[in-house]
Amino acid sequence: MRTIGYIIRKEFTQIFRNKSMLPIIFVMPIIQLIILVNAATLDLKRVNMVVVDEDLSHSSRALVSKFQGSPFYKIKAAFFSVKEAEEAVLSGDANVILHIPVHFERKLLKENNVSVQLLIDAINGVAAGLTNAYSTAIIADFNKDIRAELVTIPIPDGMYKTINTIPYYWYNPQLSYKNFMVPGVLGILITMIGMFLACMNLVREKEIGTIEQINVTPIRKYQFIAGKLIPFWIIALCELAFGLTVGKLLFNTPFLGSIWLLFSFSALYLIVILGFGLFISTFADTQQQAMFVSWFIAMVFIMMSGLFTSIENMPNWAQIMNKINPIAYFMRVVRMIVLKGSGLKDILPEFIYLFGYAILIVNLAIWRYRKTA
Amino acid sequence: MSQDSIIIVKDLVKKFGNFIANDHLTFDVYQGEIFGFLGANGAGKTTAIRILCGLSTPTSGKVSVAGYDAYKQTEKIKQNIGYMSQRFSLYEDLTAFENIQFYGGIYGLSSKEIKSRSAKLFDRLGFEEFQKKQIKDIPLGWRQKLAFSVAIFHKPKIVFLDEPTGGVDPITRRQFWDLIYQAANDGITIFVTTHYMDEAEYCNRASIMVDGRIADIDTPLNMIKKYNANSMDDVFYILARKMVD
Repeated sequence: MRTIGYIIRKEFTQIFRNKSMLPIIFVMPIIQLIILVNAATLDLKRVNMVVVDEDLSHSSRALVSKFQGSPFYKIKAAFFSVKEAEEAVLSGDANVILHIPVHFERKLLKENNVSVQLLIDAINGVAAGLTNAYSTAIIADFNKDIRAELVTIPIPDGMYKTINTIPYYWYNPQLSYKNFMVPGVLGILITMIGMFLACMNLVREKEIGTIEQINVTPIRKYQFIAGKLIPFWIIALCELAFGLTVGKLLFNTPFLGSIWLLFSFSALYLIVILGFGLFISTFADTQQQAMFVSWFIAMVFIMMSGLFTSIENMPNWAQIMNKINPIAYFMRVVRMIVLKGSGLKDILPEFIYLFGYAILIVNLAIWRYRKTA
Repeated sequence: MSQDSIIIVKDLVKKFGNFIANDHLTFDVYQGEIFGFLGANGAGKTTAIRILCGLSTPTSGKVSVAGYDAYKQTEKIKQNIGYMSQRFSLYEDLTAFENIQFYGGIYGLSSKEIKSRSAKLFDRLGFEEFQKKQIKDIPLGWRQKLAFSVAIFHKPKIVFLDEPTGGVDPITRRQFWDLIYQAANDGITIFVTTHYMDEAEYCNRASIMVDGRIADIDTPLNMIKKYNANSMDDVFYILARKMVD
């Protein structure tokens, strides 16, 4: 134990003496938190629409003004042909074309059935899907109004009884993307900081040759790995506390669950991540190699973790792959605790799984670390 | 001097792929002596010293250091030796005292012991002014002396020095050898590699390695007589040429 204490003390002395280290550890994550959470949003804020109204009737104008009235839509221009409108989309001035065909009103009145065309720029598929959903909702709304206005015959009972769905969004009632992102981005930050720092630190000792001086001492392998793991574990946990505070202050993210549960789970999770970093570092000879390999692994894990996109929507093989992705477990649990207020009972399977994972990966790192070549 | 062998090497072979770095080395090092392990760059000195320190496993042959086997008991060996490598290996961003404290702690010395021993050490070296300085701000010669002091701080039975005086000026080299003599007086066996042949003459016994083999092993004086040479420098030339022919 005393030996481990000496290593930890030495690591902290070195970390706090390194002038570029502290900003990296504390300032950078905060900046990233501010930028990422605000910028990486899937919320639809503004749709630029151009209109091709070939009918120019009372009804068609009513439809256009319906769109105009929505806070999400901005009518940029009106054209007389779809071709002109397409150019506006091509040049990027507009995201969507609303095409109202000739005899729109007449058909609406006489045939009770008419189509309008929406042409949506789908380079960003998610935004296009949302634009479609919003537009359809607006047109449906228009539909309802127009019927009420035009159909003067008394409506027999039951004819227009439709099933209305009134959605209530649990755990994130405003569907705030920020609430969804803050815990996720925090998870990514402690993951990156922990994994990279631990990994680079050990490889640096290889590069400057001090590891040989350590290998010639009777230090036990587990002592060395523990001495390398614990300092970064403490730093990453401090960082999590710091990040949560910033998240609360800047974004007022709700925190429903137990903070102690979150920290115990994060503590366990960080052992897995740091173990991964140290395991990688036993293979690498240079910081460059270590950086590339851990970057690659972290990247794949993060992209698949459900940070941006839901794991349930991923293909089967990806879901199976995610079984070995510690970040996926963390993302799920951190959101469960923070947004849903889940307790230990709810996250017990993940807890047990990560516990096993931590034992496995730390032992692999100890086993792979060679004192004798 | 007692003739108990503290290092016994018999038919030591170390191969890296097809390259034979150590070709059937056989030698003994006696308790308490200063043993010079000489040879040109690339002769296989560092390979051998790494095996003796338990940093590398031999391909074949019998190696025993301080009574422990170099295949299975490397960790036991490590408890009984000190090592100063060719590459400078103190932490440059730690102070002299912090380095000593770290290595002392790893060897299991109590903090009290670390304090009293390091106070004595700094006093003896006249090193007080550097105690609180980071290594990167200390001149090279002093760094080497400090690295040596760290290597023997836990009072090992044997200390291995791999080219300890590389790149050091002649005066500092002399001072460095004074430190080696002091350690030898304290009963530590010294195993030192060098390619400065004048340093060989400071050793009790020396071996000369050429191309992975030991060309000869004897006291410096005997070697100079045997080869009818003026100095160890000449002995080295004669042996190196003979082996190449």
